[in-house]
Amino acid sequence: MELFHNLALGFSTASSLANLFFCLIGVLLGTLIGVLPGIGATATIAMLLPITFQLEPVSSLIMLAGIYYGAQYGGSTTAILINMPGESSSAVTAIDGYQMARKGRAGAALAIAALGSFFAGTVSTFLVAVFAPPLTKIALEFGAAEYFSLMVVGLVSSIALASGSIVKALAMVVLGLLLGLVGTDIYSGAPRFTLGIREYADGLNFVAVAVGVFGIAEILRNLEGEKNRTVLITKVTGLLPTRDDFRKMFAPVVRGTIIGSALGILPGGGAILAAFASYTVEKRVSKTPQEFGHGAIAGVAGPESANNAGAQTSFIPLLTLGIPANPVMALMVGAMIIQGIVPGPNVATEQPALFWGIIASMWIGNLMLVVLNLPLIGLWVKLLTIPYYVLFPIIMAFCSIGVYSVNSNVYDLYAVAFFGFLGYALVKLRCEPAPLLLGFVLGPLLEENLRRAMILSRGDPSTFVTRPISATLLAIALVVLVVVLLPSIRAKREEVFQDEE
Amino acid sequence: MKFFKALACATAVAAVALSSTVASAAGYPERSITMIVPFSAGGPTDTVSRLVAEAMSKDLGQQIIIENVGGAGGTLGAGRVANAEPDGYTVLLHHIGMATSATLYRKLAYDTLKSFEYVGLVTDVPMTIVARKDMEAKDLKGLIDYAKTHKDTVTVANAGIGAASHLCGMLFMSAIQTALVTVPYKGTGPAMTDLLGGQVDIMCDQTTNTTKQIQGGTIKAYAVTSPKRLDVLKDVPTAVEAGLAGFEVGIWHGIYAPKGTPAAVTERLSKALKVALKDPNVAARFAELGTAPSPEADATPAALKAKLESEIARWKPVIQSAGQYAD
Repeated sequence: MELFHNLALGFSTASSLANLFFCLIGVLLGTLIGVLPGIGATATIAMLLPITFQLEPVSSLIMLAGIYYGAQYGGSTTAILINMPGESSSAVTAIDGYQMARKGRAGAALAIAALGSFFAGTVSTFLVAVFAPPLTKIALEFGAAEYFSLMVVGLVSSIALASGSIVKALAMVVLGLLLGLVGTDIYSGAPRFTLGIREYADGLNFVAVAVGVFGIAEILRNLEGEKNRTVLITKVTGLLPTRDDFRKMFAPVVRGTIIGSALGILPGGGAILAAFASYTVEKRVSKTPQEFGHGAIAGVAGPESANNAGAQTSFIPLLTLGIPANPVMALMVGAMIIQGIVPGPNVATEQPALFWGIIASMWIGNLMLVVLNLPLIGLWVKLLTIPYYVLFPIIMAFCSIGVYSVNSNVYDLYAVAFFGFLGYALVKLRCEPAPLLLGFVLGPLLEENLRRAMILSRGDPSTFVTRPISATLLAIALVVLVVVLLPSIRAKREEVFQDEE
Repeated sequence: MKFFKALACATAVAAVALSSTVASAAGYPERSITMIVPFSAGGPTDTVSRLVAEAMSKDLGQQIIIENVGGAGGTLGAGRVANAEPDGYTVLLHHIGMATSATLYRKLAYDTLKSFEYVGLVTDVPMTIVARKDMEAKDLKGLIDYAKTHKDTVTVANAGIGAASHLCGMLFMSAIQTALVTVPYKGTGPAMTDLLGGQVDIMCDQTTNTTKQIQGGTIKAYAVTSPKRLDVLKDVPTAVEAGLAGFEVGIWHGIYAPKGTPAAVTERLSKALKVALKDPNVAARFAELGTAPSPEADATPAALKAKLESEIARWKPVIQSAGQYAD
């Protein structure tokens, strides 16, 4: 009963005219910056912080939260339309979403992403409301050993991201891991592979790498084929998903929501894995795994739902512990402090209207997003009809502004250029960028947690198998490895047998 | 002929440059000022900066815009300001790291003592010695005894090399003359999460990060490192009271300008800083974070210069004996 009382309080707070207005502003802005390639929620929220001084605390946080999940919606738009993911999560959407767009199904892909996200947002908001405190306890059970094992699961699964050669996918993962090494070693302070450039002391910028290997490489590839680059413009069939599409997306959306909600709770980087994990699962359970990488609906619906569910549940550590799970959350903590609310474990009891108001606004914001985005799909798809000689320079300009705005660091722009060419070379070699990106994101986490776990256990590696959660995760990794490798082993054996006959 | 042309040009340029310097000192500030914060937005230093900048803007009649230039322990942002135009339109708000990076980094892109002019001290954020909530020890003495007897297993978390928690941890270990197991994290968030989950034992961090957790009972506080007890944590003794003689440390913040900025400009900024530190809103927000505005006498160029010099001297041996550098 207390829950209903709380939710009622939340909805009455969130549905005041002013708060609805700021929620709308937030999601609109979020969608807009999400759609502009390279410009992320972090930079936008940082720029808007001074404005929030004048607002009520609840209103300003509702607006900032709106920007955050609005950007998640918008980010998938660029991933699908122009193969330009702005965040690690939309890198997965780009794999099959962009292929759908190339086949003229951009509208359907966008609609599936929006609807899947809405469903995931609804369910996970409810989860946040009901289970936030007990889920926090589980999250705190995760120490370095558990995170390490979780990252192993993530890396093993990444092989499934490849639609082509497994060896090439492995090579890409390893290259990603190596790129992730660039920067200061947090344990010794030694700079690694920074080429003496101080600007790389904190590592390569994710946005720069992603925009380079996906977006710039794609532009280069398109420019190469001057004559046949009308691919996207020609046939845009049906803006909305068909009945068959709905049938295909339902199960992936549900699974994605579950996976995303579970991983989002972990403050140490679980949400990063959500979209990747969902993609792996979908490819594995699919009856037609060969469609993945060539425009599979489940490959868009699952990860998009997982991503949005993770974005919502990653508010749990912030709201129950006062600990930000990512840079955007850190900004929101800053906004709260400036407003005179220092977030901590007691926020829910000290500021119930704020706490429940934000939760209620998340659901309202998700509803606004789906209402906003469905009619906009037609407009986004029209963007594809803009001639490339206009579209490409605009994309490049926005990318550069966006990447620069993250850290005001010129070297990030050099990185974009370098990774653009690298990405192009990889396309030519038929290597896929998604596993590279996953390796890049997970590598530092894997190393950091491995070494921390070893420090905590005083050098005893058995810590990974004696801690129950860690052991379970490693077992899962083993199962995934076998399941992923089995088909190719079987194929090899069949080949061998055929040869003998 | 050519020579004279060049000379004329040079004179003209010099005259313009000179007049613009003079003009900027007289009518300063005529446009908005950029305040570089060498850490990411949303963190404790950023929050301090935004609160102070907002109040200073009112007195200056021009907006101070915060620009976050994070990276390499704050040295990238400091380097940016060291090379900026010394006209008073680019300033730096940096914390204790300004002094410690002089030793932690063996090659910096600037000279800590020669590249800057001083505006004044902003605040001195106290630190707290905290531990996981099921830590057996009853008081600081007990904690120190426990640490000494279990020195191979007791872990001290910090938020990375050069972070406040790293400095305080080093100072703590040198004060109790026992080397404990140091566990670095990437930032305060993950370190605090592991302390909440009982994965690590001890941390020494700014009140900005720990006050709410202590009040919420999720971690245990053993001492504050300020000279006096804090209003927000009345029950927590100072480290000196609790028996750790001389253990006073704070994360002090100061505002700097590039070398060559006219004295009239730094004085004007210092005046605005004094006004800002008296602003009731600034004082109230600082109090919630467990800190207080610096006294008026410290919001001066001379006080900041003296603080920086004494802190470089204080930390140099601590860092050198720990033998850990950031480059």
